[in-house]
Amino acid sequence: MNGALPGAKILGFGGYQPDKVVTNDDLAQLVDTSDEWIRARVGIQSRRFAADDETVDDMAEAAGAKALAASGLEPSEIDLVIVATCSPESPMPNVAATVAYRLGIVAPGAYDLNAACAGFCYAIGAASDSVRAGSARNALVIGAEKMTAWMDWSDRSTCIIFADGAGAAVVGPTEAGEPSGIGPIVWGSAGDQAQKIVIEGRNGKLKQDGQAVFRWATALHPVALEACRRAGVTPADISAFIPHQANLRIIEALAKKLGIPRDRVADDIITAGNTSSASIPLAFSRMAEQGRLQPGTPALLIAFGAGLSYASQVITVP
Amino acid sequence: MTDQEILAGLAEIIEEIAGTPADEVTPQANFVDDLDIDSLSMVEIAVAAQDKFGVEIPDEQLKDLKTVQDVVNFVVKSS
Repeated sequence: MNGALPGAKILGFGGYQPDKVVTNDDLAQLVDTSDEWIRARVGIQSRRFAADDETVDDMAEAAGAKALAASGLEPSEIDLVIVATCSPESPMPNVAATVAYRLGIVAPGAYDLNAACAGFCYAIGAASDSVRAGSARNALVIGAEKMTAWMDWSDRSTCIIFADGAGAAVVGPTEAGEPSGIGPIVWGSAGDQAQKIVIEGRNGKLKQDGQAVFRWATALHPVALEACRRAGVTPADISAFIPHQANLRIIEALAKKLGIPRDRVADDIITAGNTSSASIPLAFSRMAEQGRLQPGTPALLIAFGAGLSYASQVITVP
Repeated sequence: MTDQEILAGLAEIIEEIAGTPADEVTPQANFVDDLDIDSLSMVEIAVAAQDKFGVEIPDEQLKDLKTVQDVVNFVVKSS
């Protein structure tokens, strides 16, 4: 056995947003809120809601297809599909196997991963480790959520934040001699604060202690700094900072603490809302479309949410 | 630390987080009515104050701290 593991990198990203645009004024028809209040507190101007008959599977498939196309790989080259989600239609079957089948990926390892809003970074870490260890040649990672299925439409502190969508990335091996394109994951959890974001019971709706979560999330910059350190870069080297799109004020507070200039920071939440595990790949796809990403440069990801769970890593922009 | 030192430190924090000019941060200023600081900014100020003064200001305490002097008093009492 050769002692040194090969590297892994991201080969391509893809994002999918449902068609239905919901504005703050639309939500003000449902609950006592206003466009001004929502913009000031969370920074969202509009978000997308899935159609009633549009499932997590459907959105995951759409995003997965785009990432697969961006990677240039054939479905037959994918050995592993991981879907990060906390809002599937039901516990069984999982989303991953169905989506793999629909994408023409024959008999891959396929599982769902639940680290809530932190799920995408967890799944990238798991996929990277699998590719590096030789458990999979290439892996498709998808974050897909239909958060609106779990909303309490009378709770103005949550229903204005969450939205639907999916994003995906293909993880594959580096070429011989090429540096690894996915840095070591820095992850963790705080189960003592598990009750801060919950869906209680089978018919429960999402409840969140927003102020406590805000306090916790805005203090996660040391996790991102450690991810930079372990990847051998500093925040000044980071060409794009793509945190979980939870709240624009958390995003801006973290960027400020890390000293990353605003023009390098993803702000997809403004028109996408908080799509939980889908938010990072969606934000990544948006920045790419806007021409804000430079291939070959380091981007910093950090995700955090229910659990409480968090994870961060530096990736090379494909 | 004297009240004056805490006030000065607090003014620095508030200017940094909310962009409020430090000279507007007077003891009697009300966070919501005078300084236009909302509950999320208060959380950020509390965290920064904890780093600066070594005094933890829990979330449940925040709603009772309505003026700048309330925070100064809380820091004095807890340190």
